[in-house]
Amino acid sequence: MPLTKRIIPCLDVKNGRVVKGLHFMSIKDAGDPVLLAKKYSDDGADELIFLDITASEEQREIIKTLVTKVAQVIDIPFTVGGGVKTLQHARDILLSGADKVAINTGAVKNPKILTELMELFGKQCVVVAIDAKRNYNTEKGKNIFSEGDQKFWFEVFIYGGKKETGLDAIEWAKKVENLGAGEILLTSIDKDGTKDGYDIILTKGIVNSVPIPVIASGGCGKEDHMLQVFKETDVDAALAASIFHYETHAVDKVKQYLKENSIPVRL
Amino acid sequence: MVKVAIFDYGAGNIFSLKNSLEKNNATVDIITSFDKANNYSGILLPGVGNFDPAIRSIRDYSKIDFQDYVQDKIPVLGICLGMEMFFEKSEEGNEKGLGVMEGEVIILPKTMKVPHMGWNNIKIKKQSKILEGIKDSSWVYFVHSFIARPKKEEVVKAESDYGINIPAVVEKVNFFGTQFHPEKSGKIGSVMINNFLSECKK
Repeated sequence: MPLTKRIIPCLDVKNGRVVKGLHFMSIKDAGDPVLLAKKYSDDGADELIFLDITASEEQREIIKTLVTKVAQVIDIPFTVGGGVKTLQHARDILLSGADKVAINTGAVKNPKILTELMELFGKQCVVVAIDAKRNYNTEKGKNIFSEGDQKFWFEVFIYGGKKETGLDAIEWAKKVENLGAGEILLTSIDKDGTKDGYDIILTKGIVNSVPIPVIASGGCGKEDHMLQVFKETDVDAALAASIFHYETHAVDKVKQYLKENSIPVRL
Repeated sequence: MVKVAIFDYGAGNIFSLKNSLEKNNATVDIITSFDKANNYSGILLPGVGNFDPAIRSIRDYSKIDFQDYVQDKIPVLGICLGMEMFFEKSEEGNEKGLGVMEGEVIILPKTMKVPHMGWNNIKIKKQSKILEGIKDSSWVYFVHSFIARPKKEEVVKAESDYGINIPAVVEKVNFFGTQFHPEKSGKIGSVMINNFLSECKK
């Protein structure tokens, strides 16, 4: 049996509370990240990812307390990301009990933070989050992909998908791997929120360019989308948020479905 | 209550290991050197950090040598890097290992994705105290870039398949090692932690 494909629920946390619509009959307070983490862990999630979307720096202490509380109730790995820009901030998260820290804008602005983190904590703690978007303005020197008669390259965006960088996502992925990233959390901006399925072309492009594990994210609206991304690419893990927010798509049911369709999962 | 100590090399998350031990009713101290008389029933070498700095933190700040500290009676559980340190040397660094098991630690071949990260199952080869009550093919969580190459096959109690055979559980007298992270391996991992604590009680 090879390594299983990992199914990873993602929780957006703001000021210590989970935001976005959650619809659980079994949990009275669906905004409590600790209760949700426990539920997902009990349901068979392979890992969890928390993205802290708290705006102000002063509120950042909250995330440390939260990380510790979550670590107390689960016994699976978890990653914390969102707004991590300094070594100190990343350190705080890891020493509070997280297993990995995800960095996006912070890595683009200051790539050497990845090497510093790797040297301190090891490669396996360093996740680089890449938010990529198709750019149809094809330039020389970019990795060009096509779908139908459209040609495009994948551009890295920062600040929560708001600002373009001019960086080619494929080249950026290779660079972060060299600098010390142990894993890539890859989000398609085009697909995010569409519930239309993962960006297969993007996922394949990155997975085939780097020797480290990649997590596909953005666009998952049903279990078939997970099946598709695992069948059509060599991606290691699939992240989803909204589908797990309803009891009908509990993690164990999604994994059962994948297993029935010959995807190796832990059940 | 059984009292154990986690050796902290100063690098990263030992929180979940402490938590897992406490959930299994142990009292846990965090120590950074071996210099007081050993009144612990068990010692844990956790799985975060880098080979050379971790070896140095054990060797350089302690008045008592590791092997004299635990002798052949205090159970020691080495997790991931902690298990790798049991061997004589590692391709991750230049320092000599603890040398309680013969063999070396090598980097995973580049033919597979490195790190080996995620849930894989273990093939139980021989009886082991750590594996009591664990079914063959149970899922455990791995995250590592190096693997042990023990000189003596009999120390390997369970293996995992990642294109090549990975020694997943090793055991020799009072030394127990897991390449995976029991503290991150759900209920299965908790059973193993509990098995180790039972050894500590003896």
